Amino acid sequence: MQTRFSFGGDEHIFAEVDESMSLEAFFKSLFITNAVRDAGIKGVTEICPANASYQVKFDPDLIKPDDLLAELKRLDSAAEKSEPVIATRIIEIPVLYNDPWTHETLMRFRERHQDPAGTDLEYAARINNLDGIDAFIKAHSSAPWFVSMVGFVAGLPFLYQMVERKRQIQAPKYLRPRTDTPRLTVGHGGCFSCIYSVRGAGGYQMFGITPMPIYDPNQKISYLRDFMCLFRPGDIVKWKPIDRAAYDEAVADVDAGRFAPIIRDVSFSLTEFNRDIDGYNRSLEGVLHGH
Amino acid sequence: MAIKVLKPGLATTVQDLGRPGYYHIGIPLSGGMDRHALAAANLLVGNAEGAAVLEAVFMGPELEFTDDTMVAVTGAELPPRLDGAPRATWTAFAVKRGQKLAFDFLKKGARAYIAVAGGIDVPVVLGSRSTYALGALGGFKGRKLEPGDELPVGAAKNVVEEGRSIAAEWRGLPMAMPVALRVMPGLYWHRITEAAGQGFFADTWKVAPEADRIGYRFKGGKPLEFVPREPPFGAGSDPSNITDACYPYGSIQVPGGTEPIVLHRDAVSGGGYFMVGTVISADMDLIGQLQPNTTVNFVKVGMDEALAARHARAELLEKVRTSLK
Repeated sequence: MQTRFSFGGDEHIFAEVDESMSLEAFFKSLFITNAVRDAGIKGVTEICPANASYQVKFDPDLIKPDDLLAELKRLDSAAEKSEPVIATRIIEIPVLYNDPWTHETLMRFRERHQDPAGTDLEYAARINNLDGIDAFIKAHSSAPWFVSMVGFVAGLPFLYQMVERKRQIQAPKYLRPRTDTPRLTVGHGGCFSCIYSVRGAGGYQMFGITPMPIYDPNQKISYLRDFMCLFRPGDIVKWKPIDRAAYDEAVADVDAGRFAPIIRDVSFSLTEFNRDIDGYNRSLEGVLHGH
Repeated sequence: MAIKVLKPGLATTVQDLGRPGYYHIGIPLSGGMDRHALAAANLLVGNAEGAAVLEAVFMGPELEFTDDTMVAVTGAELPPRLDGAPRATWTAFAVKRGQKLAFDFLKKGARAYIAVAGGIDVPVVLGSRSTYALGALGGFKGRKLEPGDELPVGAAKNVVEEGRSIAAEWRGLPMAMPVALRVMPGLYWHRITEAAGQGFFADTWKVAPEADRIGYRFKGGKPLEFVPREPPFGAGSDPSNITDACYPYGSIQVPGGTEPIVLHRDAVSGGGYFMVGTVISADMDLIGQLQPNTTVNFVKVGMDEALAARHARAELLEKVRTSLK
């Protein structure tokens, strides 16, 4: 992986770690952006890690663009040598798959979809060679996912499935984007899943909905009082399929201020993960459920 | 002191100089699209340059003031009327308690900045009073104004003379059409052919109806031809797709290679479309003043020209400051 640098106008440096998505590229972008933050470089105003790239915004009145570029290149080569271990969190996200709200929406925009005769779940199951919706839900929810980027809109996580590449779920975006997506829809485009933090336009396939808000600009929800966005790049997510009764109960709990998400601190080693992916994922799930 | 919103206009929002520091979690800068006009409006009424003002797009609001104050309207040529009597733009004018401020039809530009002595005093959220409507964050209840809203106004810091104004040459508005927007090619420029790259700069583009605080869409130029490739894992099959990455402010994405979109102050922070380059910081204000159907040329520049233009833009504000001292 040779990072490609480009100026984004006179206020940004854009760095593509790799054209392709991989956990290795994501870890490198996370490490470098952490190093840039720790370096406290004068004139740097925004440090944004992304899936396989990152971006630094700066004030060229305070630092010369070429000086910052040289500094980033130095940090980039230093990141090659660092051990890919991070201290992070694992978060359980309950999901009502095949829910009535995304179903209503996907029917409304059917003419924009690759398969107007079916649903997004049926389509995704078929093109991933999975035998029906239940098998798809199992494939989607059995292994954890990395939050490899937060953005597009406020607090929206991009999630990368922690399995071998040949098992990764892939699905194209809608042929033409929808003008509407329910808030808290669990979507998927390319190799990334996401959770729509706000209602709005979107092009990802829609699989389900979570009762658990992930963005609260009013900071009223108990676990979003400290900060309005739940997710940070590097978080690990484990989906938990739930039924309608459990969904309704969780929504009531959120409204009553007594919903407590399961969030545990965990250390993640990319080297150990690659050595035994399924075994490592089982141990992560153990951390989540306290054993 | 407060301002009562009688009619809200089309999409009037509270804005200041924005909310840096949260782009990495998808919360954009926001703030006035024409920062020069915003700062000038504040200076005219004796505010700090970054006080919160109202940004009105295409159509002005109708406002009633509960106390005596000083007001200035800058940016687009949206002629103010105080109790029906015309007032000049780019000029401070006194308002008496109970008077109503309305606006004639837009004559030129797209966004007007209405500054009030003391500034609009909505709560500061993550360091700014700017409205980020997509995230229902900041400003007045996280949204554009509605009839019946009552906007709190802060205490005026300085007493200024009515009638002080800013000379036409220091207003920094777009010149004759086609408007030149200077662009540094880069980012994923290598994805298009050399001929497509030449066409991008040679063609005349037109502002499309889809032009808002998130981004401005352009149409009318030739579609861009891509360099063939094997899609990288994670990017998607369309030749305009990339593995989802960050979007710089001012970056020009071209979904499907057809209609360029320049991201602005409420930018989506990232996504899966390739970008051909970035509009330089000095020309971002100009975009905020473009109406749909305005013709535009993208003009290729390098870093040195971009920095010189940035310096010239800063000088313009310095002239405004000096002239009002």
